[in-house]
Amino acid sequence: MDKTFFMPRQASTMAAAVDDVYYFVYWLSVFFFALIVGLMIFFVIRYRRRSPDDVTPKITHSYALEAFWSIIPLFLIILIFAWGFKVYLQLRVVPANAFEIHVTALKWQWQFTYPDGTVTIGELGVPVGRPVKLLMNSQDVIHSFYVPDMRVKQDVVPNRYTVAWFEATEVGDHRIYCAEYCGDGHSQMYGWVKVMPPDVFNDWVAAGGIEAGNLPPVEYGKLLFEKKTCIVCHSVDGTGNKQCPDLLGVFGHEVTLTDGSTVMADENYLRRSMMEPNADVVQGYRAEMPSFAGLLKDDQTTALIEYIKSLGASE
Amino acid sequence: MSTATLPGPIPHDHDVGRINYLHSHRGVMSWVYTLDHKRIGIMYLAAVTASFLVGGVMALLIRAELIDPQLTMLPSNKVYNQLFTLHGAIMVFLFIIPSIPAALGNFFLPIMLGAKDVAFPRLNLASFYIYVVGAIFAVISIVLGSVDTGWTFYTPYSVDTQTSVVMMTMGAFILGFSSIFTGLNFIVTVHKLRAPGLTWFRMPLFVWALYATSIIQVLATPVLGITLLLLAIERVAHVGIFDPLMGGDPVLFQHFFWFYSHPAVYIMIVPGMGIISEIIPTFARKPIFGYRFIAFSSIAIALIGFLVWGHHMFTSGQSEIAVMIFSALTFLVSIPSAIKVFNWTATLYRGSIDLKTPMLYALSFIFLFTIGGLTGLFLGALATDIHLHDTYFIVAHFHYVMVGGTVMAFMGGLHYWWPKMTGRMYPELLGQITCGIVFLGFNMTFFTQFILGSQGMPRRYATYDEQFQPLHAFSSVGALVLGVGFAITTAYLLWSLWKGAKAPRNPWGSLSLEWQIETPPIHQNFLETPVIEGMPYDYGVETGSGH
Ligand code: HEC
Ligand SMILES: [Cu+2]
Repeated sequence: MDKTFFMPRQASTMAAAVDDVYYFVYWLSVFFFALIVGLMIFFVIRYRRRSPDDVTPKITHSYALEAFWSIIPLFLIILIFAWGFKVYLQLRVVPANAFEIHVTALKWQWQFTYPDGTVTIGELGVPVGRPVKLLMNSQDVIHSFYVPDMRVKQDVVPNRYTVAWFEATEVGDHRIYCAEYCGDGHSQMYGWVKVMPPDVFNDWVAAGGIEAGNLPPVEYGKLLFEKKTCIVCHSVDGTGNKQCPDLLGVFGHEVTLTDGSTVMADENYLRRSMMEPNADVVQGYRAEMPSFAGLLKDDQTTALIEYIKSLGASE
Repeated sequence: MSTATLPGPIPHDHDVGRINYLHSHRGVMSWVYTLDHKRIGIMYLAAVTASFLVGGVMALLIRAELIDPQLTMLPSNKVYNQLFTLHGAIMVFLFIIPSIPAALGNFFLPIMLGAKDVAFPRLNLASFYIYVVGAIFAVISIVLGSVDTGWTFYTPYSVDTQTSVVMMTMGAFILGFSSIFTGLNFIVTVHKLRAPGLTWFRMPLFVWALYATSIIQVLATPVLGITLLLLAIERVAHVGIFDPLMGGDPVLFQHFFWFYSHPAVYIMIVPGMGIISEIIPTFARKPIFGYRFIAFSSIAIALIGFLVWGHHMFTSGQSEIAVMIFSALTFLVSIPSAIKVFNWTATLYRGSIDLKTPMLYALSFIFLFTIGGLTGLFLGALATDIHLHDTYFIVAHFHYVMVGGTVMAFMGGLHYWWPKMTGRMYPELLGQITCGIVFLGFNMTFFTQFILGSQGMPRRYATYDEQFQPLHAFSSVGALVLGVGFAITTAYLLWSLWKGAKAPRNPWGSLSLEWQIETPPIHQNFLETPVIEGMPYDYGVETGSGH
């Protein structure tokens, strides 16, 4: 459902139930607000001071009346409490057939690990119409996984797992926010939930979290180079303006390492650079590259190598 | 007792007690060493007002930055984070907690009890200086590398960050003692120094409110002190308490923190409710409706308020059982507040309502606090809290309670008692118009934020998604209006000290004890101990038809 004046789009099975509670409390509040403020304004106008000698009645209390307006709200809050709790339990109890995805939060990034080892960064692909269970953990401080359109929020804590789940009802993209303040990049700790039809989703996971379709290896590698964040550190245009080695024309050339030795940049060298980057560190650079062992599947590594080779070829 | 209330310089001059407290002693030193609760109240008033203005300027900077989704005005996200942390910490610890009790309470509690001073005048002065030392620590922390943790100091972020967390938490730790001592002093004063005839159920409701507040201050603040101390120890000595890397539990900190800070919310609002209970009978010329219900509801809030801290942590991963219990108790604590609102409204019935500035603030309080209270229901309800937690909805909700509630009450009390405290009248019409500006600006700023939060805009964001810009920009304009309102107020109140008309003894025709004495009060408040014969709200005439 589209967004309303107060609430965002409803994109999960639970959203409508949450919104029902919201709008019930809302209209109840509107009623009481109108009652109290309406009476207040009415009294102020009706009983405004007309002369400094106005005489007023000495009305001190009425236990019956006061008991009345203590008990009526009591019933209403019991109702809201019970309703809110009931829906909350539904939000908490994960359906048995849920598809499990591991979520890792770190400053300032969301990582999602799929059962086959596929890892995506900032993009949570999910199938439409199937519950998804998120098993979450933080690597540093407390974060909070929040998708307004799904009405899901759960803190992500270090040294402890927390769980959330949702079932998406419509194909499309939905914002992920970090809702627990976590430092400088807090407001940029964005991500997207990418809801796909089940078959598209399966292909997507198989392709390593990328809509690869039947791309040729070089193209696939190029996509991976962006998605796997290589592009954040490496330039590929020969400018070397990103503080890390420029990868243009690396392949097939001698590379000088920090210990002064040289090594031929062949396929195995490229592979090692990704899996054990600290094994041979390029001269003039620090060992700052994270290992991608476990984050890349074999065909992805191959595609990346093909892409880097192609960079050499275009020279 | 009476000699203890006379400050050092001229202790044996018998006439000094009869002179207006502002003139009874002269020179700066007579203020620095004063033991007079009225002068200490005035010094607190100056200090909390200064803090309020500093915190307010920070709020304006924050709102200015948020006009645009990208970072435009401030140099970095970090500076933004430091600003909202300072805004929160200053407003909570330096302004709102001491505002009503330590400033207005100090001045009027003893007078309302028919006493010459609080029970421990020296401790009272000590509280003030401890407050000043705490404030100095806060300033040092700003110079050393201002804290960027949020005023909540959540671990493990607060253990990690490079900013001067230790200095700031020490500041808050010290301020806590100031608060504890004031609370202690008030409790003893209420028990021991009531004038003859002033039974518990003849006490003004402002006194009841301060009494309830003091209980919370004395019982809850030590927990904050211990928590902040543990945090400092963890940072300095690397003992694993909250940081998981050292084997600690980060969520434990949240429990400790809110065990204080939720009751602290009532430290902030209950005194404000007390002021409203004073203003409304005076300007409606009616006895307060349901005195006992209002008095007991303060105590009920103070007690139940201790048991609801977990509602700040519904998404933290605590067990479903805990969540359920905290939700239920949270709803329960809303009842006493609701009773008060109904009783205040009922007091207006068949009154003779005079819309002077204090009354306008009191009515604004009812309007805004009702919204603040009702929106609390959205947050107490578990299903909706999950969605709304840590969004702008929370920001809006607590500003409606803390600013729409406490600050409006503080403004009401300030205008109500200004003539008594200073001996001067402020320009009435200007006061009324400014109240309108403040009311308008406040709603523009914060009502918008309920919509933002419901739409999913998280709080503490230096930058944000384009879709939220129109509402953010509108809110920022509101903040400017609000700022103008407070600036005008500051200006005309200061002006009134110079040029304001001389205030009569009882400009509002109130029956309450403080209005029966000299304006401004004489140094020893009463020439002879008053004997109390009735309620402070004995307005109106017996009609027979009434209840
Ligand atoms: C955090 C920044 C960072 C990221 C992300 C990163 N690298 Fe690197 N990379 C470096 C640095 C620094 C070096 C040089 C030090 C070294 O050799 O370990 C390097 C070296 C390399 C080399 C050797 C270059 C040469 O001139 O011999 C290759 C090949 C490489 N990276 C490929 C990749 C690929 C493919 C990815 C993405 C899967 C990637 N890097 C992601 C920082 C990064
Ligand atoms: Cu975060």
